[in-house]
Order: sequence, then structure tokens, then C-alpha cells
Amino acid sequence: MALIEVRDLGVQFQTGDGLVYAVNGINFALDRGQTLGIVGESGSGKSQSVLAMMGLLARNGHASGHALYAGEDLLTMKPAQLNRIRGNRVAMIFQDPMTSLNPYLTVERQMTEVLQFHKGMDRRAARARSVELLDAVKIPDAARRIGTYPHEFSGGMRQRVMIAMALLCEPEVLIADEPTTALDVTVQAQILSLLRDLQRDFGTAIVLITHDLGVVAGLCDQVVVLYGGRVMEQGSASDIFYHASHPYTVGLLGAVPRLNQDDASLVAIPGAPPNMARLPKGCPFSERCNLADAHCVDTMPVLGPSSHRAGVLRACHRSAQQVADNHLAELSSA
Amino acid sequence: MLLNNRRDSLVRSLGDTLDTVVAGRSPWADARARFFRNKAAVVSLCLLAIIVLVCLVGPYMLPHAFDSADWDAMSLPPTLKNAHFFGTDESGRDLLVRSLIGGRVSLMVGMLATLSSVALGIAWGATAGFIGGRVDTFMMRVVDMMYAVPYLLIAILMVTILGRAFYLVVITITVFSWMDMARVVRGQTLSLRSKEFIEAARAMGVPTRRIIFQHIVPNLLGVVVVYTTVTVPGVILTESVLSFLGLGIQEPMTSWGVLIHDGTTVMEISPWMLLFPAAFLSITLYCFNYIGDGLRDALDPKDR
Amino acid sequence: MWSFAFRRALATIPTLLAVITVCYLLLHATPGGPFDEERKVSAAVLANLQAKYHLDQPLWKQYLYYLNNLAHGDLGASFRYEDWSVNELVAKALPVSAAIGGGSILIALFIGVLLGTIAALRQNSAVDYVVMLFGNLGHAFPSFVIGPVLILVFAIWLKLVPSGGWNNFEPRYMILPMALLIFINVATIGRVMRGSLIEVLHSNFIRTARAKGLPTHTIILRHALKPALLPVVSLIGPLAISSITSAVVTESVFSLPGLGKLIVNGAGNRDYTLVLGLVVLVTVIAVSFNLLVDLAYAALDPKIRY
Repeated sequence: MALIEVRDLGVQFQTGDGLVYAVNGINFALDRGQTLGIVGESGSGKSQSVLAMMGLLARNGHASGHALYAGEDLLTMKPAQLNRIRGNRVAMIFQDPMTSLNPYLTVERQMTEVLQFHKGMDRRAARARSVELLDAVKIPDAARRIGTYPHEFSGGMRQRVMIAMALLCEPEVLIADEPTTALDVTVQAQILSLLRDLQRDFGTAIVLITHDLGVVAGLCDQVVVLYGGRVMEQGSASDIFYHASHPYTVGLLGAVPRLNQDDASLVAIPGAPPNMARLPKGCPFSERCNLADAHCVDTMPVLGPSSHRAGVLRACHRSAQQVADNHLAELSSA
Repeated sequence: MLLNNRRDSLVRSLGDTLDTVVAGRSPWADARARFFRNKAAVVSLCLLAIIVLVCLVGPYMLPHAFDSADWDAMSLPPTLKNAHFFGTDESGRDLLVRSLIGGRVSLMVGMLATLSSVALGIAWGATAGFIGGRVDTFMMRVVDMMYAVPYLLIAILMVTILGRAFYLVVITITVFSWMDMARVVRGQTLSLRSKEFIEAARAMGVPTRRIIFQHIVPNLLGVVVVYTTVTVPGVILTESVLSFLGLGIQEPMTSWGVLIHDGTTVMEISPWMLLFPAAFLSITLYCFNYIGDGLRDALDPKDR
Repeated sequence: MWSFAFRRALATIPTLLAVITVCYLLLHATPGGPFDEERKVSAAVLANLQAKYHLDQPLWKQYLYYLNNLAHGDLGASFRYEDWSVNELVAKALPVSAAIGGGSILIALFIGVLLGTIAALRQNSAVDYVVMLFGNLGHAFPSFVIGPVLILVFAIWLKLVPSGGWNNFEPRYMILPMALLIFINVATIGRVMRGSLIEVLHSNFIRTARAKGLPTHTIILRHALKPALLPVVSLIGPLAISSITSAVVTESVFSLPGLGKLIVNGAGNRDYTLVLGLVVLVTVIAVSFNLLVDLAYAALDPKIRY
């Protein structure tokens, strides 16, 4: 039995414009020590899917499908039971370290309360353990700084504090929602290598949400590519990177700036992210895809195994071969 | 120019689509539509219009003068006898007429004091915002000081010293009602001053006076209108409080505040003497509040 | 922290001086005012005035004498009551106002925060609407309307409490006036608390707290309450000032022998010096209060450090 098993996860929001289907049909399974990357643009539903798993959706949001942790469905659990798992067996870190820590409480208070609540530790023991973890994430002078307030830490250090706080109870799963987006590049690299080390040392399974393909390449075993709330392509990281077979994935990879080529042009995907309240009946990417035809706009492509590579799932009416050919044609005409 | 011709044409066609789809609507029309969708505000507007109309025209249509004593109808509850619809006070004066005349005075004081507060506030705020620097700091400190002072006490002091002539009451009220407007106008002027379109106008050589009248003033109108409707109930309330304490409008004139005070002295036996003028005042204040809220939402919907 | 406090305290002095000076000059500048030689006053009062205000000296010296008196806590002599100094009149009236005013603010804070919290936690439910309606009522009707209505209902019709007056801090005379002030203040405090708590509950750090699996009561009490209370704390200053205004009206409506009644009577009697002294006193209280609130706010918010 996989540690995390997500089946047909969907998220809907009750809005003034009607019911918005932010996420549809997400499936994946994760074992100990594995990393899954969920990639997509803003508004693709990547954050909402993990927020749904953690029971952190907004008031007007509703999750459908199943999110099993150790066989139990997180989506239908009673709140008290979910609270025993959150922060304890499944932990989450968020995108913006500046606002994700309570500015009115000391770091010590925010960390020890996790241990006190989940492990029944007393204040002293909790403090000692917290300092240990702050050391592990390389916060200098941790024993003294733990008594200070979050605003006295820099952005990168705050994110490390968040990571340390999430690992206090040695969770089996860590969900990281764009952990490096708000940080500068050098800090990014440090945080990612930290996550890698922690995974190696603790065997944590990581679900990493990001829009940055570089991040994915460095850390993930499996990748799910989302667009308009639906899975476009899904497979192992090497398959997705070296053998991308969906027009959107191809576009994403093509949009990464290359510093090692003199004549490299930035090839943007034309158009803008979709209005989730008014999606086309068919493939959500059809409006921006240059392989799209009327059939694509009308009929939703089904997510199925690729004919080209084993273990890859793709949702496209065009075959993988057609996508590859079109890509080559574009490259040579650019 | 994009290197890929297909992408290039896609972008151009997007531009064309935008031109045709978006039919322009001026922000004023937008705001007006939003305002009229706000039921509470619309109802309040109508109610207020009715009250103003009745206060202006009503006394001419009623058989009683506001100070005429009807000796055989003293301290009557609301009745149809002698057309004393609201009843009479202990001297036989008709309460309905007095309420309406009092309304005239309260509204008149309200309007005058509001006009002068608004004028003072705009002048103060715009000057502070436009000149900026030390002058601005000083002028805003003065505003802060005015806020820190318990206005009613100073108002009482002023009334004690200056007396209770009508125009003096208006002045006293004005002195304490201009600060909100000044602050808001100053803030708006400051932000306008650094907006790109003002810089552009300057760069194009548009003379300062034109900039002020064509660009700054219309943008100030929004906040001015909103805060005027916020100032009015405050002003009417201040007058009413002063009159209630016996320090505002003097005999033989009457206002809602005076009537409420008179009402409290006899409310044991004639509660209607208190309730009718109180109702008039409260409804008027409520209406202004809802209209102000409606305007604020209409002109700046994200400001909750 | 102390230097911050000191600097803020210094900053209040210009305000005080400005108010005192303006009032003082108003008093002198007005024809027919207290210091006009043509005013006819009794010999005893004149003697008092001479002693306190040094009327035979040039204006600037009189002013300095006045400031000096103030600095020593002497608020002046009454223009009408030859036997009483302002200080003595204040000493009798201040405890009454302090009890009613201070007591109501404290109770209103407690009730307001409680109601606001409940309304925020049960947003858009029936409880929320009732609390907000209650809040709107207290906010919309002027105090001098609600007061008499309260008297009408509770004192005259239901005969539960006396309709006014005072008897040496006897509770039944304090209930209705305090109820009025509490009602008005709870309206404002409740609304602010509700809005502030709702906003705090939407912040990212509350989301983190929930992700940590903390139970709801811990999140509210430990994480949300302190930041939510900050706007309420900064509200106390203006609230205290408006309470002074309300006190004037309340004491008039309920015939309470407090500072408000004193000032209104003084104004009615044209007892200029009394009114001046009281205005100065109350301004000092108001400004000091604001200062205290500012300091409290700075102490509560760890981001403000000096």
C-alpha cells in the first residue's frame, strides 16, 4: 500500500460566477523517500489540490474524490482525527515565509506548541528538540535565536524555520507549496539541497508544488503537469524532461531561458492562463495550442497511457509522434 | 517583433479582439449603476428627499403656526382633533409643525456648516497635499491636534464665550467638522500629484492651473462627495447635541435637538413629545449614513 | 522603550499648549468676557479673580501666571461661585464621572470583545446578524435619544430604576447611565473586533497554524486574539474621548453631578473661568489617555521596537 494515494481528486468553489471546477481528476501514488512534483502556471489548481488534501480549503471550497494517507481518506475524516495527522504525520510548508509565521509569537512558541500538542512533550524537552532541528536546518546560533520573533529573521531563514517546524514530529509526508518562489536564487538552491538532505536522512516523501522546472529537475522522481485544473501529462521526471509528449509540456520546457546558447530566443506560449469560470468544453489548453483543431476544443481528451513510452500518462488528442514532429518543425523554423 | 510569425499574428489578432469586445463605460456611469443597485442607499435617498420636502413645504400646508398656542388643546396626544396629528406640547403648540420647522433649522444648519466645513477641509487638505514637505507636516499636525481635543467641550466653551446667535453656532460646528475632509483630500492630492498622468501632463507643458482644474479636481470629486455625506450627519448631530444641552439654537427658533430636550422634560406624561422629533432626527441620520456607505461602495468598491 | 515613551510624551505638549493658549486668548479677546473691566461682578469674586489671574498685569504676564498656576495644578477660580475654586468643584465631580465613564468603558471592552469574537467565529449566521444589528443600533442613534428612551422604558414604564439623580454611588442610580454608555461603546468595539478577527483568521499564519493540526480553541486564543485585539486597543483612545462627550450628554440626561453637568451648568451660567478650567483639565486627561494607548499599542506589537 502506497503511503499517499490520491484518486480522482477534484476541487470545486462556490463563487458569484457559479460553480468553478478548479481541479479535476488528479491521481498519483507516493511511497517513502519519493518526491512528486506538481507543475503548472498560476491558477492551474496545483496549490488547491494539496490544500484540499490538508483540509485547508477556503469556506466556499469543496473537495471530491479520495486522498488516502496510510489507507485512510483525509477528505472525509473527522476534524479531530485530521488534526492528529496534520503537522504530525503529514506536514506542509507554504510559499510565503514572510507571512506564514505568526509575527506576534516567538519562534520558540510556534515550534514547541507542535511538540506539546502532538507528542505531549513538556516545554523544556520541546524547546531542546526545536533547537536541535533549527541546528539541522543550519540556523546559526539557534539556541539564542529561538526566543526571537519571526521578523528578526531573513526570508531564507524564515523558510528554514518553517521547514524545521514542519519536521518536528518527523512526518512521513512533507507537502511543500512553492517553497522557494519568494526567495532569491542562491537561497533557493540552499533550500532545495536542504530538502534533498532531509529526505535522505529521514526518508520523508515529498510533494513539491512549483512552476519552476529547474526546481523539479533537481529534486523530483515523478512529475504531474497541470493546466486549467487538469492533468496534461504525468510520468517520471526523466520521461517528462527528455521525452515531453504534450504540447503544453513542450511549451513549458521551451520557455525556459537557455544561457548556454547564443542565438536562443525566448519562445513564449501565446495567450494567457484560462478563466477558470469559463473553460472550453474540450481540452483547456486548446486555445493556446498550435496543434489544436475543432475536435480539441469540443471534446475533452482522456488521460491515458502514452503509446510512446511506458509509465507516462498524457491527455491529448494528438499522438506523441505528432507532437514531437511539430516541435522539431518549430525548432528548425525559429 | 516576435521571431515566430505564427505567434506574431496571434498577438495581433488578440489586440484586435480587445478593441471590439471592450465597449467603454465611464467610471461615473459605473459608479452610478453600482449606487442604484444598493437598495438601502436608494431607499435612504428617497426617504431623505421626502423628509426635506416635507420640512420645506409642510408648514405651509398645515393650519398651525409653530409658535401659536392652542389654548384648548394643550398636552394632547396625537389626535385628529384640530388637526394636531403629532399632538401638542404643554402650551398647546402643534408638535408636527414644530417638528417640521425644527427640521428646517436642523437641516439648514447642517447644510451651512457642511458647506463651510467642506470648503475649509478641501482648502486645507489640497494645500497641504499639493505643497507637501514641511508645510504639509505642520498642517497635518494641526489636524491631529484638533482630533485629540474633545470637541464638545471646546464647542461649549466657544458657545459660552461667543454666544448662541445662529451664525455663531454654525461657525462653532464648522470648527470641529472639517478634519475628516482635510485628511482625505490631502491623501488624495498626494497620491494624485505623483501619478503618471500628471507627470505626463507636466512634461507636455500643460500649465499648472489647467492641471489642477482638469486633472486634480475631477479626481478629488469622488472623495469629496463621499465625505460630504459623511460630514453632514456629524454636523447635524453636533448641532443637536448642543441644542439638547441648551447651548445651541435659541428660543424662539427651534430645532430637533431643542425639541428632543423639551420632550425629555415631559416624557413621563407626553412621551410623543420625545419620540416624534427623535424619530425624525434618527431617520435622517440613518439615511445619511446609508447614502454615505452606498456612495463609498459605488465609487470605490474594494474599500470595505 | 523609555526614550520612545519620553519622546511621545514630549510630543503631546504642543497640543496641550495650543489648546490652553487658544482658550485663554478666547476668554480675553471677547468683549463682555470675564476679563473685561466693564463686567460687573461682586467684590468677592473680583478679589478671587485678581488673586488668581493677576488682572492688573500686562497680558503676557497674566498668561504666564496662568500657566504657572496650571503647572501647579491650580485650575483657577469660579466666576460665579465666590466660595469655590475650580479645583474644589472638580474634586466633587470627578469621582462621579470617573466611576460612570471608566466603569462603562471597561465593561464595554469586555462585552464588545466577547461579542465581536462570537460574531466573527459564526460569520453570517443568525448570531452574527443579531450582534451586528445590535451594534448598528447603538451606533446609529444619538446618545441623547437612546438615553431618554431607556429612561422611558425602564424607569417610567417598568419602574425598575430611578429616572435620574445620584445618591453617593448607590448602584441603582448608576445602572441606567452605565447601560447607555456600555450600549454605545459595545456597538463600536464589537464591530471593530469582529472585522479585525475575521481578517486575522484569513491570514497566512493562521493557515499555517491549522496545517500544524492545532485545535481551534488554541488557534483562536494563542494565535488570533492578540493581532485581532490591536485595532481595538488603538480604538480606546478615540473611544475615551468620545466618552467624554457622551458623559456630558449622559450626565445631563440622568442629572448626575459629574464633570459634564458641571461644564454644562457653567456654560449656561456663563461661568467662563470654570469652563476654561474644566476644558483644560479634560484636554489634559484626553491627551494623556491617548499617550497611554499609544504606548500600550507599541508594547503589544513586537514589530515596533526602538
